[in-house]
Amino acid sequence: MTRTSTRPWLLWAPLAAFLLLFALVAVGLLRPAETTVRSRLVGQPMPVLKLPPIATGHAGLTGRERGPRLVNIFASWCLPCATEVAQLARLRARGVVVDGIAVRDTPAALAAFLTRHGDPYRAIGADEASRSMLMLGSSGVPESFIVDANGIIRYQHIGAIGPQDFETILRAYEAARAS
Amino acid sequence: MRGRGRARGRVMAFLLLACAAPASADSLLPPSPYADTQLADPRQEAAAAALMATLRCLVCQGQSIADSEAEMAGDMRAFVRTRIAAGEQPEAVRGWLVARYGNWVSYKPPLQPVTWPLWGAPLLFLGAGAWIARKRFRKRA
Repeated sequence: MTRTSTRPWLLWAPLAAFLLLFALVAVGLLRPAETTVRSRLVGQPMPVLKLPPIATGHAGLTGRERGPRLVNIFASWCLPCATEVAQLARLRARGVVVDGIAVRDTPAALAAFLTRHGDPYRAIGADEASRSMLMLGSSGVPESFIVDANGIIRYQHIGAIGPQDFETILRAYEAARAS
Repeated sequence: MRGRGRARGRVMAFLLLACAAPASADSLLPPSPYADTQLADPRQEAAAAALMATLRCLVCQGQSIADSEAEMAGDMRAFVRTRIAAGEQPEAVRGWLVARYGNWVSYKPPLQPVTWPLWGAPLLFLGAGAWIARKRFRKRA
């Protein structure tokens, strides 16, 4: 007596196993790839960033900033960054403190950018080698981090802040301010 | 008439391609000093190079930072070289980056409950295949 005469379903077992594996691989391949890398520092203390000034009228980052704030990583050469300045200005009008980190920028280009698009920033620190991005777990410009009064990073927004993100970010800032 | 139009089309296409520029710009500063310059100490450079080959570029995520032309990769290379030149162990540098970006940034995933199938699955399949074919290994009578 062969195995399959006593248990006919055994004939189908290898095919079933293959189909299971096929389904597993297909699901993995067809799912849209998650390419954004989120920072692991949300919920962790904000690293101490000491960055020199780069814009007239703005101090650099001293690492001793206190109080809830939105830290915006941007650059004058970053095209999407130009689109979010209007939203940052709206947030500032609602009481949000915005500090900026200008990545790989020059004073002249940054001044032109601020004149052209607006200047919602309190302090702006210069980061020539993306060092602060590495310290924050940021993988590109623009990104924004909301830090609460205790210096804990509460929220990360990847990409330019659009009108559709305004409410979410404002609420996250209010929550950070309350904590 | 047709021939002339085709030639004009080609000239136009060439001119357009010559003017084409990427929509997203590179930054305004040159690469970081140690992005493309090797360390003076060959042992340290070897350790740094070995580490860089196993760290993922966050922008071009199919490449290591050793291979990627992206500026962020250059800055990460400069970071790795600077840390190793200062005497830090390569695994400590890897751990620093993983603490901020997660396991995705390292090409060497750690052994965790979630990742054990990476090593265990081939062994399991091998064992399953051997069990299925177990009769074949008996001596033919």
